[in-house]
Amino acid sequence: MRRLLLALALLAVWLPLALAVSSPSEMLPDPAQEQRAQEIGRQLRCLVCQNESIEDSHADLARDLRHIVRERVAAGDSDAAVIDYLHARYGDFVLLRPPFNLLTAALWGMPVLALGGGLAAILLLRRRGAAPEPLPLSAEEQARLAALEKDPAE
Amino acid sequence: MPMTSRRVLMLAPLGVAAAGGLGFYAMLRGLGTGEYDPHGVPSALVGRTPPEFSLPPLVPSGLPLLASADLQNLEGPVLVNFWASWCVPCVVEHPQLMRLKREGVAVYGVNYKDKPEAAMAFLARHGNPFQRLGRDEPGRVAIDWGVYGVPETYFVDRKGVIRWRWAGPITPEVLEQDVRALLRHYA
Amino acid sequence: MIGEFGHFALALALALALAQTVLPILGAARNEPRLMAAAAPLAFGHLLAVGAAFLALITAFVVNDTSVITVVQNSHSAKPLLFKVAGAWGNHEGSMLLWVMILALCGGAVAAFGRALPGALRARVLGVLGLVAVGFLVFILATSNPFGRVWPPAPDGQGLNPVLQDPGLAFHPPMLYLGYVGYAVTFAFAVAALIEGRVDAAWGRWVRPWALGSWCFLTLGITLGSYWAYYELGWGGYWFWDPVENASLLPWLAGTALLHSAVVVEKREALKVWSVLLALLAFGFSLLGTFLVRSGVLNSVHAFANDPARGVFILGLLLFYVGGSFALFAWRAPSMAPTGMFAPLSREGGLVLNNLLLCSMAAVVLSGTLWPMFADLLFQQKISVGPPFFNTALLPLAVPLILAMAAGALLPWKRARLWPVLQRLWWAALIAAGGVALVLAFAGWRIGPAFGIGGGLWLVCGALADLADRIGLFRRPAAAWGRALGLPRAAWGGALAHAGLGVSVLGIAGMGLASDRLAAVQPGQSLSLAGYEWRLDKVADAIGPNWTARRATVTVLRNGDLVTVMTPERRFFPVGRTTTTEAAIHTTFLADLYAVMGEEQNGAAVLRLHYNPLASWIWFGGGIMALGGALSLTDRRIRVAAPAPRGAAKAAA
Repeated sequence: MRRLLLALALLAVWLPLALAVSSPSEMLPDPAQEQRAQEIGRQLRCLVCQNESIEDSHADLARDLRHIVRERVAAGDSDAAVIDYLHARYGDFVLLRPPFNLLTAALWGMPVLALGGGLAAILLLRRRGAAPEPLPLSAEEQARLAALEKDPAE
Repeated sequence: MPMTSRRVLMLAPLGVAAAGGLGFYAMLRGLGTGEYDPHGVPSALVGRTPPEFSLPPLVPSGLPLLASADLQNLEGPVLVNFWASWCVPCVVEHPQLMRLKREGVAVYGVNYKDKPEAAMAFLARHGNPFQRLGRDEPGRVAIDWGVYGVPETYFVDRKGVIRWRWAGPITPEVLEQDVRALLRHYA
Repeated sequence: MIGEFGHFALALALALALAQTVLPILGAARNEPRLMAAAAPLAFGHLLAVGAAFLALITAFVVNDTSVITVVQNSHSAKPLLFKVAGAWGNHEGSMLLWVMILALCGGAVAAFGRALPGALRARVLGVLGLVAVGFLVFILATSNPFGRVWPPAPDGQGLNPVLQDPGLAFHPPMLYLGYVGYAVTFAFAVAALIEGRVDAAWGRWVRPWALGSWCFLTLGITLGSYWAYYELGWGGYWFWDPVENASLLPWLAGTALLHSAVVVEKREALKVWSVLLALLAFGFSLLGTFLVRSGVLNSVHAFANDPARGVFILGLLLFYVGGSFALFAWRAPSMAPTGMFAPLSREGGLVLNNLLLCSMAAVVLSGTLWPMFADLLFQQKISVGPPFFNTALLPLAVPLILAMAAGALLPWKRARLWPVLQRLWWAALIAAGGVALVLAFAGWRIGPAFGIGGGLWLVCGALADLADRIGLFRRPAAAWGRALGLPRAAWGGALAHAGLGVSVLGIAGMGLASDRLAAVQPGQSLSLAGYEWRLDKVADAIGPNWTARRATVTVLRNGDLVTVMTPERRFFPVGRTTTTEAAIHTTFLADLYAVMGEEQNGAAVLRLHYNPLASWIWFGGGIMALGGALSLTDRRIRVAAPAPRGAAKAAA
């Protein structure tokens, strides 16, 4: 569990602790395959613990899913095939990287949308505001500003 | 006035906040009525046929085993219930399963990660609602079904298509509101 | 007794906050100096009352008064004193009290240091702060009373969650809240400016110290939380893109943007309306985080206990403050004359780019956090948005931000040319490229970490280039020392903060090269990882104040020489029956050695060992950033804005 949250929240109601220090027997003998399995596992969500990948969780189900991932990897499946295997069983929810589709188009497009929208707004306001008209300061403010500016700034 | 687009732009934050607020309010209301549940996980199998599987029987129970072939060409809809003797909510839902059995509804069981003796003791104590019962000791078939906790119950129509999945105990309310409606609809 | 006293003090605080809202704002509207003058004394009174309630709660925790529900639910007599005190804000009710306590402190600070503010502005700022306090005090009194009673008193408390019994976490929430609530002050300034219908350079000057101070605390709070996760979680993770973490990142991003845009307001009288909006946003995001964490709409195990009534109440507050201020913005901002045109290629142009990128990042984080909830609500589709999404979607925004950061600080105001700036940065670019090449040469084809190292070096060197340029190190080396002394502290602070981010980026990149090893080891056996030999000497029992533990002794050797002895533990807390894992961390300048102990089987203990290059730089960088902010805060140009008449300036600052 992203325990950091607590941070903010400070208070969780349910915190099974004892970490995913899993068992060495779970690991694949081939370090390259184990590495791949870990990378795949980090993209799959542990369904019972919320916001935690199966690699980081010590829940029973996460352990079973880790086992399946390793089994598929050892059987020679590609990364995508392993992920598809679990996606077919648990749906989009299991994917920590949401698939690109109609529902997530705006989400994945957000960097472009935000940048483009921001740029458009800036350009729009630049055109409109082409004639700058300084707002006169009140006498009181002018005096204060003058006092402030007497300070040896820079 | 050329000011209008500027004005619209300055209304944008309010619009976004209002839409967000409306959404949040709907979520809070949904939390109360159960329509919005941030913790539920939908089943990927609804609308599909169950995966291929074959589970050994729980021998001392004398019930027949359960395999995917048993979920084809059915006489009527079937409930497939994943349960375990160590699961507390399973005790809560058991009376409802017994009731369905008395009403003649076919309930197939999958005993999940359990010891045969413990499972037998559970059935002896609470009654046996199952027509068929398979043992899934490693929990692999459950994962093929997309089960993420016990109890979970799947509704399979007579064509063998999964129509509904309930994660958590079948309470009397769930029985009356959901299961009955499904039974009528797919009768 | 303590309970009743605290409860009464809270009610009194509400009455004072109400007066603090109504009288000064009315006075400012009618231009009645006597009503406006009531603002400061009322703010002090409000602070005293909330302070009394807060002390009452802490006292209840320290003396373990088990007739108070919050104490029963969250404390225990066997807890060390520090955690008894920290336990006071380790729960929903107490943390809300801490929230209003800090808000009252901010109000008091505005009242004390804001004597130089124009009377009407000061009255309105204090009035708005009072209004914020009213909402939250009503919320506490109506739904989350920390002084609720149980009778008869429980024999003892149920204990605080052991994960929370950690010094890091004792200080983390106050830091974070100082950040969040500090943005209430910039919010109040923005609302006051909207009511008055004017924003000027002086406004920018008054807002900047508050924006800076809040930013420093928020930076520290986030850093502390991240470090806590790193050592407490036991597998070296430090940031998870969890909704609750994102909720703290959003105000940070908006606040960072505000910090920079306020400079433009101050120097060039431009971006005024935009800065007002950012000030509203920074506080709006803080409130959004409060709502998400406490309402139960989030899919996070770390959210506070769910209570729909509380959720609706907080949503009401959120809509009132955020919606109200945005409505005020939509109404008043269009009439604020747009001023201050400038060339795209200039310091102010660079700051606009900074704002654009930071706000785009905030948009990505916000949509990644909220979209799963809205997709569920609107389309009944459950999706997950996790670290792979955030890392991918933020990268195209973070890269230009990092590239532009070094150059932006070197651009002159008004009109600039890019070439001279790039000329002054060529050596930084060279060092960055060298860093990329080195990583690729020694660590293999690791693109991400390599370019991360390059980016971090670019930022650090860029900050150095900025300072070198300002003191004329290369043009007139003889005079450089003198110029360095005369350089405004804000310039030092800015460069330091940028370098701090560079250090953090270096740390994050280094963590990308981390390696680990998991094995069951018999005492006497060794494992090798990253050129070190880790030998498990023994596993023994250990006893703490309110826990017992199994403690492993791991001796780390390098080429036969002793490096360190590490003692990872598994702790068992009898109260609450929980087990936690305490990682042992040996921090060196270049890397962390990190050991965790797992379960024991047949005399062997499972050890998970990590080698985390540059790990501590992540949080060290955060500290440098906050330090840079604090240094800027001591700049006299900023100080004069806060405290008062010239004579009092020194004393007040």
